[in-house]
Amino acid sequence: MEPRSLFGKILMHTIIIVLVLIWVVPTLGMLISSFRPASEVLNTGWWTVFKSPLEVTHLTMENYDTVVERAGMGLAFRNTFIIASLGTLIPVTAAALAAFGFSNLNFWGKKIMFGIIIGLIVVPLQMTFIPVLRIYHQIGLSGTFLGVWLAHTAYGLPFAVFMLHNFFSALPRDLFEAAYIDGASVFSTFFRIALPLSVPAIASLVIFQFLWVWNDLLVSLIYLGGTRDVAPLTVRLASLVGSYGQDWHLLTAAAFISIVVPVVVFLGLQRYFVRGILAGSIKS
Amino acid sequence: MIKGRQNKWAVLFVGPALFFTMAFLLYPTINTIGLSFMDRYSENFIGLQNFIYVFTSSTMLTAFRNNVLWLVVFTACTVGIGLLLAIFLDRVPYEKLAKTLIFMPMAISFVGAGVIWKFVYAYRPPMVDQLGILNQVVIWLGGEPIGWLIERPWVNNLALIVVGIWIWTGFCMVILSAAYRGIPNELIEAAKVDGATEWQKLRYIILPSMKPTILVVAVTMIVNVLKIFDIVYVMTNGQFGTEVIANRMYKEMFAFTNFGRASAIATVLFLLIIPVIFFNVKRMKEEEA
Repeated sequence: MEPRSLFGKILMHTIIIVLVLIWVVPTLGMLISSFRPASEVLNTGWWTVFKSPLEVTHLTMENYDTVVERAGMGLAFRNTFIIASLGTLIPVTAAALAAFGFSNLNFWGKKIMFGIIIGLIVVPLQMTFIPVLRIYHQIGLSGTFLGVWLAHTAYGLPFAVFMLHNFFSALPRDLFEAAYIDGASVFSTFFRIALPLSVPAIASLVIFQFLWVWNDLLVSLIYLGGTRDVAPLTVRLASLVGSYGQDWHLLTAAAFISIVVPVVVFLGLQRYFVRGILAGSIKS
Repeated sequence: MIKGRQNKWAVLFVGPALFFTMAFLLYPTINTIGLSFMDRYSENFIGLQNFIYVFTSSTMLTAFRNNVLWLVVFTACTVGIGLLLAIFLDRVPYEKLAKTLIFMPMAISFVGAGVIWKFVYAYRPPMVDQLGILNQVVIWLGGEPIGWLIERPWVNNLALIVVGIWIWTGFCMVILSAAYRGIPNELIEAAKVDGATEWQKLRYIILPSMKPTILVVAVTMIVNVLKIFDIVYVMTNGQFGTEVIANRMYKEMFAFTNFGRASAIATVLFLLIIPVIFFNVKRMKEEEA
């Protein structure tokens, strides 16, 4: 589809540029406002900075100081980091073990177990909150990082097992046969052959799971409650929207703090990210 | 593969995953279905009363209406714009940059996106300077500022849906772009030789070749829409007639502690999602075959 007329070409470029602007301008507004002093943010639109571009000296880090210290975004950043790191490590490890087991071991009930784990992809998380939270209350896991790690592990597993199983199954069988004939144990085949060969797949999965947990609101909201000590960025930011209402200089700074890591991960590892997204298109 | 069975090894490898999925997904699902027939504190069996509430109360009906609106507008726009970009961007020199910019919202949280767009929609009375870019654009065009998140029922719901579209279009674009590249060049060349117009090529070659992918992407978007929560929770919390199913479930659970109703809403959501996902899995299998 190559537009042949000049008019067609102009139309095509115009449509693309308008769309790109719609995609960029909102984020740009946030970024600029987060560095403007409160008095300016609350009285003039952020686009007015372009009228007097020489006044860059007005830009300030004050909003960031305020949200990090007083609004608890620093603490929330630490919490998100804690939640996302083990919330990625545990499920990916469990999934790698299971996927290897399903693709390389013979055992009783293998097909049924695999079918159940993968089939659970269809369950919306809402179906699990009430029973799990009740158990958490009884055994003291609600409001703890451990509780959130375990929940993220379970919720991430069906898709992660599905994805890694596909990958492990596609590895050449001969490799494993040869290793077993040479007397390698199941463990050493897993660590010495399967894992090193699946680094790209695991990398995509790690990035995908990390961003999923980093950006999650619902699971933390349910199992951590509103307690500030343990609240991650998403929960904290959502509650700031309620308490700061129209204080856009603070909300924009807080929003930027919450998105900076995913954006850097995305820009730096776009290739793996896209691959994870493509493979993950059936997770939802 | 080692001959014979390795049940002991299997416990070690598959055991953890099996435990987690049973304890956190399978058992709770069955339990929740049971709870949906019980009263608010799960003490007495009350038959279908929770489901009657789900299908008759005015808040739930609003939520269903909004989810249908989301389903139609969100799905049409994410897939439509994604398709348009997949085809257009293939023929411009700045393809990579444009794709990165449009795909980027996919990396950030819905909460972050909600705050970004709440600022875009910010409203102030006409006599003072606007802070939200959208109302400023309206004024530049000679209009009056609008309370984008308050005007019911269409303006505010569409304003929320736009945020969803902004997040997910990049995802559709990336997948559809891969499918577009996969169309065999000979097909398009042959059409050119036969003197097909651009429109005919699109209508008779490009779209039919991409149909399976378009369907899978559309179905994925439908599943997203049914579970849409964060955007609504952050931007309006369901006020002014913007309630959706998943947000209502959260409210019944935490604000009203009615576990019977919350379970019934979750169960209905589950029943709505199952056929959609099965459709997607079936299609994928057909494609593999």
